[in-house]
Amino acid sequence: MSDATVNNLQPKASEVAPALKVRSYWQTVGYRLRYDYMTLFFGFVVILIILSAIFAPLLAPMDPYQSSMLNRLKPIGYKDFILGTDELGRDILSRILYGGRISLTMGILPVFIATVIGGLLGIIAGFVGGRTNMTIMRIMDVFYAFPSILLAVAISGALGGGIFNGMMSLTLVFIPPLCRVAETATSQVRNLDFVEAARATGASTFSIIRVHILGNVLGPILIYSSSLVSVSILIASGLSFLGLGVTPPEPDWGLMLNTLRQAIYIQPVICALPGVAILVTSICFNLVSDGLRSAMDVRM
Amino acid sequence: MDMTETKSALSSVSADDARDRGGKAQPMLIARGLQKHFPITGGILNRTVARIRAVDGVSFTVMKGETLGVVGESGCGKSTLARLLMHLIPPDSGELIFDGEAVAAKDGLEVRDMRRLMQMVFQDSYSSLNPRMPVEDSIAYGQIVHGASNEAAKQAARALMEKVGLDPNLFGPRYPHELSGGQKQRINIARALVLEPRVVILDEAVSALDKSVEAQVLNLLRYLKDVFNLTYVFISHDLNVVQYVSDRVLVMYLGEVVEIGPVDKIYANPKHPYTAALLASRLSMNPDDRVNEPPLIGDPPNPINPPSGCRFRTRCEFAEKICEIETPALPQDVGPMGHACACHMFVAKSGHSKSIMHAAEDVTPSSPAESPS
Repeated sequence: MSDATVNNLQPKASEVAPALKVRSYWQTVGYRLRYDYMTLFFGFVVILIILSAIFAPLLAPMDPYQSSMLNRLKPIGYKDFILGTDELGRDILSRILYGGRISLTMGILPVFIATVIGGLLGIIAGFVGGRTNMTIMRIMDVFYAFPSILLAVAISGALGGGIFNGMMSLTLVFIPPLCRVAETATSQVRNLDFVEAARATGASTFSIIRVHILGNVLGPILIYSSSLVSVSILIASGLSFLGLGVTPPEPDWGLMLNTLRQAIYIQPVICALPGVAILVTSICFNLVSDGLRSAMDVRM
Repeated sequence: MDMTETKSALSSVSADDARDRGGKAQPMLIARGLQKHFPITGGILNRTVARIRAVDGVSFTVMKGETLGVVGESGCGKSTLARLLMHLIPPDSGELIFDGEAVAAKDGLEVRDMRRLMQMVFQDSYSSLNPRMPVEDSIAYGQIVHGASNEAAKQAARALMEKVGLDPNLFGPRYPHELSGGQKQRINIARALVLEPRVVILDEAVSALDKSVEAQVLNLLRYLKDVFNLTYVFISHDLNVVQYVSDRVLVMYLGEVVEIGPVDKIYANPKHPYTAALLASRLSMNPDDRVNEPPLIGDPPNPINPPSGCRFRTRCEFAEKICEIETPALPQDVGPMGHACACHMFVAKSGHSKSIMHAAEDVTPSSPAESPS
């Protein structure tokens, strides 16, 4: 009997907790994403869209520049034109595939550059505080005062048309909001005790920013910037629509929407197709960023 | 948690510490005239319009292996003092001597090295852990900062988690929000201990915990003190807890030390009227000992513009003319174990009507036999 009492104090081998693997924060996020099938599916669609743009020359059934006066504004499924033709008789499907190249570049690249610049400025402003913060954030406020599409149009208008200038204006438009998101998140985290505790262990400022600040700030920044991709595609389309981004005959979703607008009473379905491409891409990016947000919030 | 068992396994820890540099009698920590005034800026030009005298000339010593309790009202500068000791905020003036070496001085101990030897546990157990970091990584971070390999740091973190009574297999991979308040504070203690410090500053470390957990953590702190040969600076507003853990007590009022001495002497025979009022404010367990009048009336004066002379005079029942004119100094010659108090009533011929009586009384208890130096 006494033996049994003693044994009760010793945990049995089966009762000892199995050693769980310690995952770092990013490993945890990856693990959580792996079981988020919604996000995985839409992420897959995003990748498909990007791949279709990259391999447009292989996928496109026809030359996107080849016009034909005989086959203008034909409906879906007319002869070999799977998605019909536009006002110059060019194949819509080929033009959408090729147009993705420019539209996606205009959507992703400015946001990426703006994330790096704006995020860096915001983290510096938030972490250093004081006068540095005031200088950076007031400059951002000046840009922020204008509606984003107006600012993009103004900058593009000043720089002139073209893809490069369009991307530059988009980058400038996205820096202020990203900087503000980064600044808010950083200044919130900076005053928490764990940053103080990290300083108390003798960690350098760089190490504190890399390990403690970035882990807490990158989430909001990444989520916001991934939602900006769809905005960027839309503004880029808007610029092309106004004739400030891409110049004809270059295929671009926004530009196609613009030129097909005149034929809206003749072939309404065909006119909507480039818009559908923009819509699907935007929704996919938004849903992926939504999934990213819930995966990154470890408290949920 | 079976503490005695682990304790015997660690009997190899000797009372003498190999890291000791100043010798046994050298105080672990000497603070001399520490001062921090926070500027208040205002106006268009952001000029300093006033200064908050958060810590105003605080001097004390912490002996090796002791626990110094720091008590005082909210806003009296306890937490600022803790941050000054850690050099988390640089002091305006004053010096800090760590085991015989001046901190942040020429030829002295560098702040970074000092921080290896002195660590801090914060009050808010949740915000002092990175919410995006498994707690095991949080503990290990300190060692990684000081150049340990990832593997070694993790090993140390797991060993410490066991010491603070948490199963590393079960709790290591968790995030702070997945732990209770007491468990989080245990992690914070482990995080403070991972650099093998000699001094741990506990800034209200158990105040936010409920009573039963508080008792567990206090016992854990006592156990860790023996195991790791630690010296504590225990900051709290809870007088009972301070009495339980401390060897000596330092009483602060409005950024100044008003009384310092061995815990038994202060609790049995408080000298300073403020200390007496603080101790009288404790609630009694006996329902017959009802208190109908508050021992102290009013709020502490504004630290931006403290009263002249003795800072406590506005609320002191013994205040006289002399208290307004002259600032009572804290006697520095009582020795590390002596009982000192900054009040005119305890200085002979100070001009206070009660001074002689109290001074005569004072001769008997503070015998030189108790102070080693």
